[in-house]
Amino acid sequence: MLAKRIIPCLDVRDGKVVKGINFVGIKEVGDPVECAIEYGKQGADEIVFLDITATHEGRGTMLDVVRRTAQNVFVPLTVGGGIRSTDDFRELLLAGADKVSVNSAAIRNPAIISEAALKFGSQCVVAAIDGKKTAEGKYNVYINGGRIDTGLDVVQWAMEAERLGAGEILLTSMDADGTKEGFDIDMLNAVCNVANIPVIASGGCGNLSHFTELFQMTSADAALAASIFHYGELTVGQVKEELKKNRIPVRIL
Amino acid sequence: MIAIIDYGAGNLFSLKNALDFLNLKNIITASPEEMKDADKLILPGVGAFPDAMRMLERSGLKETIIEESGKKPLLGICLGMQILFDFGYEFEKTVGLGLIPGEVKRIKAAGLKIPHVGWNDVKIENACELSKGIKKGDMFYYVHSFKAVTEKKHVSLSSEYGDSIPGLIFKDKVYGTQFHPEKSGDIGLKLLRNFGALK
Repeated sequence: MLAKRIIPCLDVRDGKVVKGINFVGIKEVGDPVECAIEYGKQGADEIVFLDITATHEGRGTMLDVVRRTAQNVFVPLTVGGGIRSTDDFRELLLAGADKVSVNSAAIRNPAIISEAALKFGSQCVVAAIDGKKTAEGKYNVYINGGRIDTGLDVVQWAMEAERLGAGEILLTSMDADGTKEGFDIDMLNAVCNVANIPVIASGGCGNLSHFTELFQMTSADAALAASIFHYGELTVGQVKEELKKNRIPVRIL
Repeated sequence: MIAIIDYGAGNLFSLKNALDFLNLKNIITASPEEMKDADKLILPGVGAFPDAMRMLERSGLKETIIEESGKKPLLGICLGMQILFDFGYEFEKTVGLGLIPGEVKRIKAAGLKIPHVGWNDVKIENACELSKGIKKGDMFYYVHSFKAVTEKKHVSLSSEYGDSIPGLIFKDKVYGTQFHPEKSGDIGLKLLRNFGALK
């Protein structure tokens, strides 16, 4: 039976994890490679790096982080943030990323999804979508880190991304993100009901029961979380033990 | 020395990273001589069956693989496993390497998403050298839309996804995994270590 995936996400700027964490046994606090290794040991099914570096030099540093991670962690590695072209895809894949997530650039130029899928395969193209509820009760796609409302409908855009060749959808709720009040079940269901590709849920989890709720109330394939793992509130292993107790299939190490 | 065959299909570095991590000597190569000198071969692959076969034919590596496969252990991974069979049906019927009897067909899983992406548990159909130390319930990482259809005696590990999916297949010195051992954490590394230990 296919397991539901638990995916820790690390925000990286200039080669360092943002707001350095303090895992037991880590030599260098804030080294994304060390953090990824730790998450791997905890049983992470995948690792996501979100590169929030603004400078050109920082991009090179990120490639080095990806390279060193891929030499030491043997679960799928996804990298996103600032992806603008299929050349960016190529660089990251050559450095050892397995998947690349693309967000704003795909809104401005949807062909980046189809071109990347054609060149590198759908399996490595993740369409990252940031959604926020409108006054009419629909969901709009936001870009530029949630600063710009595109006016596009989240469900329509998810279907379009799939049609263009995306292999997975990473759906973040701008409303739930940071609240720690649970995943945005309604928005996730709206997308899960139409998607034929895996949907990764992101934003809002604050405790163990939120993961169970997500997988009991939606058909999402995976849960992505950053701060809850980042600050050591929960380990990936604890989340999986809880899910297992609730008869949700997970990979236990 | 393990030769990772570079015929233009997919990313070989993940596999190289895993072998390096295990201290298994390896080389990424497109040279028939290096493949002949190596004591084991790995045939990776991401993409589509017809393209992979065309690339193997164009590069002239098809004959070398077939010739060497009788002499030394060969491991095909993902698409590299699929092309070990007689025929594939991705886009069009394509002749494969014919090293293991069987065909490669689209997964039929009513109501389930295709591709089959993620970690799935295995059961043991037949023990083989590469399944040593792997238990029922261990999980491997899959990404694929097509599956092998072969005799049960060639299947070592299988997973359920609406349908029975052969995960590890074998015949004589030829092995193949539908899942990605290089992306399957410690259990995947164990399988690669088993391959590295083959004589």
